[in-house]
Order: sequence, then structure tokens, then C-alpha cells
Amino acid sequence: MTDEACLEISDVSYAYGAKAALREVTFTVRRGRFTALLGPNGAGKSTLVALVSTLIVPRQGEITVLGHPLGRDSRPALAEMGIVFQQQTLDLDLTVRQNMLYFAKLHGLSGKDAGAGIDSCLAYMGLAGREGEKVRALNGGHRRRLEIARALLHQPRFLLLDEPTVGLDIPTRSELVKHVHALCAERDMAVLWATHLVDEVWPEDDLVILHEGRVRELGPVSEVLARCGAPDVFSAFTGLTQSGGPASDQSEADRP
Amino acid sequence: MNGPRSIYLTALTGILWREALRFFYQRERFLAALVRPLIWLFIFAAGFRSVLGVSITPPYETYITYETYIVPGLAAMIQLFNGMQSSLSMVYDREMGSMRVLLTSPLPRWYLLLCKLIAGTLVSLFQVYAFLVIAELVLVDLPLWGLISIAPVLIVTGLMLGALGMLLSSTIRQLENFAGIMNFVIFPMFFLSSALYPLWKMKEASDLIYDICALNPFTYAVESIRFALYLEFNGMAFLVAVACLLAFFVLAVIGYDPRKGMIRRRAPL
Repeated sequence: MTDEACLEISDVSYAYGAKAALREVTFTVRRGRFTALLGPNGAGKSTLVALVSTLIVPRQGEITVLGHPLGRDSRPALAEMGIVFQQQTLDLDLTVRQNMLYFAKLHGLSGKDAGAGIDSCLAYMGLAGREGEKVRALNGGHRRRLEIARALLHQPRFLLLDEPTVGLDIPTRSELVKHVHALCAERDMAVLWATHLVDEVWPEDDLVILHEGRVRELGPVSEVLARCGAPDVFSAFTGLTQSGGPASDQSEADRP
Repeated sequence: MNGPRSIYLTALTGILWREALRFFYQRERFLAALVRPLIWLFIFAAGFRSVLGVSITPPYETYITYETYIVPGLAAMIQLFNGMQSSLSMVYDREMGSMRVLLTSPLPRWYLLLCKLIAGTLVSLFQVYAFLVIAELVLVDLPLWGLISIAPVLIVTGLMLGALGMLLSSTIRQLENFAGIMNFVIFPMFFLSSALYPLWKMKEASDLIYDICALNPFTYAVESIRFALYLEFNGMAFLVAVACLLAFFVLAVIGYDPRKGMIRRRAPL
């Protein structure tokens, strides 16, 4: 494992018209680390994901993915990134395999490379044998697994997930969280997992707490808890988001 | 992973393949695309042929029946509806989220939009040829070589109307707003053109309507197809169609650019 920065967000602000969604956000996601971006609804998590995935561009600040600044040329960054959006993005009328193949082709994979990759990613996410099924026939959990399998198809070094467990039952949610943690460790990937659910954060993770568009705390979970004087993530999170606590000064030492 | 050039080609084949699959799965869409112009041809035109005489006017070298006159306009109508259908499908994809998969692939956005445009145009070509074959077999005598010579023109007109649809889709936020497109784009474009009546007939009725028809890009699509069907080339109409294609496509690319377009001013796609 190295300390390589896979995602660097530096002083990023964004507004929808006059309404500020993000204010001077700065943090880093490192290789081999699972970073949980924790915030209540409306904190700005989805806006941040949209910025990192280049669907929108920041008014201020810079985002760099694996050394590629998104503002100048986002294509090499997108080639290295696997993205799972909060809203499902599968084509319901196509089969599991057809969805995978469409994505493979958009990423320049074809023929045997695509076929082998699809088989291995589907097997990894427990979807082997479901290739011919229409996505419409899959349940919510399997659709999410398929989206993650698809995001892994081009072997990204950075995985970005925006509330991927929304709408799933507790066992499926917990299994998915476990799966992505394992993926992060096995493949030495950087993972940014946006969520509002504190139980999806593990003690060994890095944590960024976002509230009202500002970073309130960041760092390894143990350090965040120590600084907040909280016994667990739930207490730290509620303390920071309900009292409107001070924004982190985000000194270099604080960053994950 | 393929080399840089073949990545572009692979993405194009992927987008064409997906569009073909969706078209195949949505057979009702094909039937609707075919039934609409056939109703115009067999019912509307049958009624009008007795009240509307069409004098000799280029590219026709003799008197023609009204059914013969409206065939190019109906071919263009298929492409107009297909362009709007593609636009509707882009708005739907945006609402359903699948547009994000396309827009976050590692290729230039203009290229991805161009691939979508090409895919939609190929679908419209298939629909137009199915219509022309039925028209030829049942009612209208069309020059067989004309069916081949219109292909390049149909590609340009299909791209132009598809680009217009794409431009509109970049400005429409919700699927519900799409009904307005029918009232404010499709019908005015179709009726205020040379699709159903020659422009000199329009001039007899009203100079203003004639001027509007002459400014309507759809008129130039219809006339390009009409001339090509009779193995002639209407340079002016073709050039206007090409210019409109370029203008609509550039504006659509700007519309989908998160730095400049409508998307910049609203929540993420």
C-alpha cells in the first residue's frame, strides 16, 4: 500500500444560482483507503459526486483524480474512475450482459477483453448465471451489485459511490458495505463512499463529515472521534451536524 | 484496452448497438413511425387529391398526383418525429439516470453526442425506407434509382433533425415538458413547410405564411429529399440543411457542456 493521493479536492465551492451547495471543500482520498463521505440529506454529497464525475464543474477550486486535473482534461481521469450514482443508471430493457457490454464499449473494451472482464466482474459481485436476465427483472440489491460490477469492468483505480445502499434492506446493505471494503483492500483501490448512514462507516476507515456544504471534520475515524471527544461515529456525527459545529480548519495534518 | 483510435470506434459501435437493441425491443415505436405517414398518404392525400391540383414544378416534369407530391414531405416527417423521439429518449435517459453513463465515459462529450446522433439517424433511415417501399408497392410510382440517390440526403436531413431534437433535449428539464415540443415545434415545422403544399400555393394564401415557410429549415429538408428522389440536386436546399445541421449540433454540444450550457444552471443530470 502506498500513500498515493487518488482524489484531491482543493478549495472547491459550488452554487445552484444563489444557493451555495459546497463551500471551500478540501480533502484527499488515498490509494487503498476506504473514505466515507458522511453527511445528512442536503449536505452537498451528491453535488460533490457530480463534480468529481465531471457532470458539473466547480466555480472555484480544483479537483485532481490520479494526477489529472478535471478542469483541463477530464478524460484520463474518467478512464481511471469507476462511478456508482445514487440514482440507478441501468438500462432496464437490456439484459445484465448487454448493460455490461454497452459500458465496456464506451470504455474502449471489446471482444475477448470485454467478455472475460464481464464474466469476472459479474462473478465477483455474485451475479454469475444472471447474464441473460433483463435488468427490469432484478431486485434492488442485485441492480446495485450490477452497477458496482459495471463500475469495476475497466479496472479503475478509484471507485466513487454516491449513497449506493439507498432503498436496500439491512442485510443487503450490510453485505454491500462489506463487499466494497473487501474490494478496497484486495485491489488496493481508493474508495469514496458517500452516505448519510453512520453504520456504513468502519473504525479503520477515513472519514469526511460534510454539513451544509462545509467539511466539519476529517481524518481517520479514530482521530475524528478523539478530536470530537465522542465514543462513536454516531455521536460525533450528530454532535457536528446538529449543533452546527465549527468547520474544520483542514490543516495538512488533519487530512486523511 | 484498445488503441486510442479504436476506442472511438468501439464507443461508436457500442452506442449504435444499444440504439438498435432499444429500437428492436420497442416495436411499437417502429409501427407508430410507419403508421403515421401511411395514414397521411392513404387517407389525407386521397381526400385532398380531388381538391388540390399540383402544377408542373421542379423537380417534377409533368403533372403529378397529390400522393406523389407529399411522399418526400412524409419521409421528412418520419425523420422529424424520429429526431423528437430521440430527444424524448435523451430526456428520459437523463431522468432515469442512464445518460450519466454516457456522459462520464472517457471520450469527448461532442463525440458521444455525435455517436448518439448517428445512431438516431440510422434508425430514421430504416423507417423512411420501410415507408417508401410500402408507398412504392401500393400507391405511388417512385423512380427506383431515386430510392438510392436519396440515401446521402436522408443522412444529412436525419442528422439535422436529430441535432434539433438534441438541442431541444438540452433545454428541457422534465419529461412532462415534452408535450410542448409537439405543439410548438413538430406541428408548426411540419405545417409551415413545403411538405403538404408547394410554397407557391402558400404565397397565394398569404405572403407572411410563405415567408415563414421559406425560413423554416424543415422546408429545405423536404426539398432536398424531393429533388434527390428524382435524381436531381437542389444545392441551395442541401446547403441550408447542412448549415442548420452544423448550427443545431454546435448549440446542442454547448447545451450539454457543464461549463456553458443549460446544465450549468441546474442540478446535476
